[in-house]
Amino acid sequence: MRKIPIKFTINGQQKEALVQSNELLINLLRDELYLTGTKYGCGIGECGACTVFVDDELVLACLTLAVTVDGKEITTIEGLAKGKELHPMQVSFLKNAAVQCGFCTPGMIMTAISLMKENPDPSEEEIREYMRGNICRCTGYTQIIKAIKEYAHNMKA
Amino acid sequence: MHTNTRILANKFEYLDPKSLSEALNILDEYQKKNIKILAGGTDLLVKMKTIELNIDYLLYIKEIAELNFINTSNGLSIGATIPFSHIIKEDKIKTEYTALYEAIQAIAAPAIRNMGTVAGNIGNASPAADTVPALIVFDAQVLIESKQSKRTLFLKDLFLGPGKTVLRNDELITRIEVPEVKPNTGSAFIKKSRVKADLAKINLAVAVQRKGQNCENCKIAFGSVAATVVRAENTEKLLEGKALTEELISKAAQGVADEIKPIDDIRSTAEYRIAMSREMLQDALSLAWARTYSEAKPNLKGGGE
Repeated sequence: MRKIPIKFTINGQQKEALVQSNELLINLLRDELYLTGTKYGCGIGECGACTVFVDDELVLACLTLAVTVDGKEITTIEGLAKGKELHPMQVSFLKNAAVQCGFCTPGMIMTAISLMKENPDPSEEEIREYMRGNICRCTGYTQIIKAIKEYAHNMKA
Repeated sequence: MHTNTRILANKFEYLDPKSLSEALNILDEYQKKNIKILAGGTDLLVKMKTIELNIDYLLYIKEIAELNFINTSNGLSIGATIPFSHIIKEDKIKTEYTALYEAIQAIAAPAIRNMGTVAGNIGNASPAADTVPALIVFDAQVLIESKQSKRTLFLKDLFLGPGKTVLRNDELITRIEVPEVKPNTGSAFIKKSRVKADLAKINLAVAVQRKGQNCENCKIAFGSVAATVVRAENTEKLLEGKALTEELISKAAQGVADEIKPIDDIRSTAEYRIAMSREMLQDALSLAWARTYSEAKPNLKGGGE
């Protein structure tokens, strides 16, 4: 099958790739760019493990055709840190032990960052509401919500 | 069929027109072929992964800038490719079209709402679509275009059954038009699902217009309780011209189950849906009726859900 050339920005870097029409963004990220922080969970848009930013908006990489990101800007969990300095949301997750197996964590952090942009001072209910598309099978969410609350609190200070 | 949701096994040719006329030309040319329209992909890609659809051509419409708009100057005009999350940034949706606002907030989760579109929600023709009952109670119309023709249909007349619409193969939904809401109108949308991010076991939208103490006009639409979204027209007639007292609302709830035809499926049972339809109708009518008084209208600060 004919391969389609695309150009995009990934974590601040310009890239070009040749993709098949049916290639998914998640597989472009993981198998070709080796950005394995973005996880394959359910593959049908129910778990949020593959959440990334496309042009600063949350998108599920498992339901996005790679060819559609032509000309777009993608940010994955690997693009959050500045050099060796983690993004403050990553720090807050670490400090609050909001990670058990860690599989859902990249998606959780991307979604939490998006929440903070839309609503910098959310109530616990608003946090739960916004995070409802990100499923965690270990922690029971308590530590994750604590981490997000602490981040919001620190940003206000 | 063994499903693998990690990849998309279906091979197809990808077509990404940049203008509407180009898209309509493609649909005209490929109408006898196995072509599908892709917008947000949150339904279609899931189906392509889990059901053998054998699509040969995929028409991606999200690069068509002229369809990515919302206009609120006269009613609502919603372009086919604007995502849900951008629509509800318009204050007018929350204050005037409250049931639509609540329906969009009830859809899945933020990432899905950044991807999915109202036109896609309609075109997918799921009886459980959340925006459809809400749009129907506001008398929404759908603009359908092809290279040869242009027609406008009431949304309620678009559906033939689950996944089936009256759309021809060369046609595209380009716009959803919703008339201006009449004064003293209140509306509400309620959905029951296993967890909030799930599809509806049953959903309901209600819009009522009050004149003095009485209900002048009433629209009730249920989703997930029949092959298509259904209007409860007998119940609407029962309520019109009367004050929506607790007794009347309770009487309406007793009869409403006769107007729906729910089945048992993976998400729920007919018995549950019938029982819930009564309770939900009472809640939605009370809420909508209260909102006909401007002081009970949702303000822009509070959350919708």
